[in-house]
Amino acid sequence: MPALEAAVTRIAAAAGDRRLAVMEVCGTHTHALGKSGLRARLAPHLKLVSGPGCPVCVTDDGYLQVVVSAAERGLAIVTFGDMLRVPGPRGSLAEARARGARVEVVYSPLDAVALAQREPRQRFLFLAVGFETTAPGIAAAVTRAPANLFFLCGFKRIMPALEALFGTEPRPAIDGLLLPGHVSAIIGADAYRDFSAHSRMPCVIGGFTPAGMAQALADLAERIARNDCTVGNAYRAVVSAAGNCKALALLDEVLRPADAAWRGLGAIPLSGYELADRYRARALAAVMPDLDPPPAAARSTACRCGEVLAGRLDPRGCPLFGKDCTPASPQGACMVSSEGSCAAAFLYGE
Amino acid sequence: MTELVTLNHGAGGEETGKLIAFVRECLGTAAPLDDAFVFTPTGKSALTTDGFVVTPRFFPGGDIGKLAVCGTANDLACLGARLRHLALALIIEEGLPFAELGRALRSLGETARACGAAVVTGDCKVVGRGQADGLYLVTTGYGEVECSVRRPLSAGDAIIITGSAGDHGMAILTRRAGLRLDSDIASDCAVLWPLVELAVRAGAVKFARDATRGGVAAVLNEMAREQACAIVVDDGLLPVRANVRAACAMLGFDPWHIANEGKMIMAVAAADADQVLAALRGHELGREAAVIGQVRAGESGRVTLATPAGSERLLLPVSGEQLPRIC
Repeated sequence: MPALEAAVTRIAAAAGDRRLAVMEVCGTHTHALGKSGLRARLAPHLKLVSGPGCPVCVTDDGYLQVVVSAAERGLAIVTFGDMLRVPGPRGSLAEARARGARVEVVYSPLDAVALAQREPRQRFLFLAVGFETTAPGIAAAVTRAPANLFFLCGFKRIMPALEALFGTEPRPAIDGLLLPGHVSAIIGADAYRDFSAHSRMPCVIGGFTPAGMAQALADLAERIARNDCTVGNAYRAVVSAAGNCKALALLDEVLRPADAAWRGLGAIPLSGYELADRYRARALAAVMPDLDPPPAAARSTACRCGEVLAGRLDPRGCPLFGKDCTPASPQGACMVSSEGSCAAAFLYGE
Repeated sequence: MTELVTLNHGAGGEETGKLIAFVRECLGTAAPLDDAFVFTPTGKSALTTDGFVVTPRFFPGGDIGKLAVCGTANDLACLGARLRHLALALIIEEGLPFAELGRALRSLGETARACGAAVVTGDCKVVGRGQADGLYLVTTGYGEVECSVRRPLSAGDAIIITGSAGDHGMAILTRRAGLRLDSDIASDCAVLWPLVELAVRAGAVKFARDATRGGVAAVLNEMAREQACAIVVDDGLLPVRANVRAACAMLGFDPWHIANEGKMIMAVAAADADQVLAALRGHELGREAAVIGQVRAGESGRVTLATPAGSERLLLPVSGEQLPRIC
């Protein structure tokens, strides 16, 4: 693959005899880097550290607890597939389903609208989990939702998380960021400018093919080498400076920033979304106000997903990794999710 | 006949007689489908059993009836046996339309006849609404062993796949996800005995297994474990149709882990790989046959994949249900 080889040469040259530490923010990047073998190939020059960009992994226990309770009260749960096997304080959704709860897996949030329309006497709850990539689709579903479809907001916004991660001491020992391709398609390359400048952090937005990621990392390595703390865009086919204006307008109409609890990072102000006033009737709280998520208190388990998500612990450094915690018997979200760092380390290990 | 199968049809008596007559007619068999089928085996024989619960029951390239024959025949083919007799149990959910039942059974009958086999005995049960998902088929297949396809593997043995990977699984998963694609993905559901026969005549086949649930990765890991060897395969060598690759990318799946219903993985002595490949490619089911890797010296049970980036990583079996990703 000539384009990939050329990029690897550039990375080697830029890194020199250093080993640069790069955080790949996005869970899809974590998996793509492992699956394509690029992580292993670049290991002599780049230490690639996974970040908190896995929407399932950062969904905290409180959220799942509310969902299982809602299911037990007869709501049919409609969810993306990843959420099904995440272990929560009252078991996973798959376990709740085995116990008789109704859980439907959908590919698109609009499928939830269709489901609810087909069964007007059943109340449905859509698990609104995802970053800015997924939020506009869910927002569209909210605008079309019939009266028997509710949403439990578990959205996360990427910028507040990056600000929190790199704005608090001790700052993770990271030289540069590989930014998420699809979140950036929505929010635009310009969204990161201020952060890059005041955090003194070189950043490049990358796509997901092996050559595309290699080229993005080459661009990033060269920026790090010349201390260029600006944002590069190596995914121009999909990401523009301003982002997807239509999607952003939809987010503005349907959602508004709200405080959110992240597994591993704790509570971060305005790092999530809640439904705007006009759509409040579609929130679960409108029909089950007593089901408030408990404060972000960790379960007492040995799971160290939180530290993994903050880039402070390599999955292999967790004592449960590969022993008590495997994809077949996951102890935490990072091992379950198709975007999880621990799952990637396990599946694509050398 | 009434439109829908009801509990009466399973209760014994006249209604059940009508159901059984309907089943026989759709299967296209003159055989009485008695309580048991009496026969004298001609030599070394093989027995297998299988259950079929696929939804949707009808999909491009096949249906539950066709699948029931192919799946059973292929389990036998993996051990060098040709399917001859099928025992068939039907578990029907009350409310299943007779038209649907008939369509599945006619397909089953046709597929059996096409590979020289027949349903010789059977059973029908009807369960209440909600106690089964429409229609379940359970088969027992009896076959005659005609060749040997199980021998110890050695370093250098070629790993061959008989065609493109992921067709069946993605045909089903795209339907379930409601994805409408410009080119509909069709299941590759097929009886693979002809390919096994051709391969064995062309060279030393040391292992054969169809890559069903869990896909190629599952079979490779089973092979490596059972034969206590190491295997390396190359990501760039797995034949995958463009529409399957695209659907996998959209849903977040990996072709190595997707089910097939008409593909064999074979381990073949290195010296015979070219002839076996030529023989497979000469058959319409094997046109896209390809070498995807080899057995090598190394840690027993270990399957590694040479990646597009020029490194090697583990190719582990997937665990749990395949679920479409969020983003």
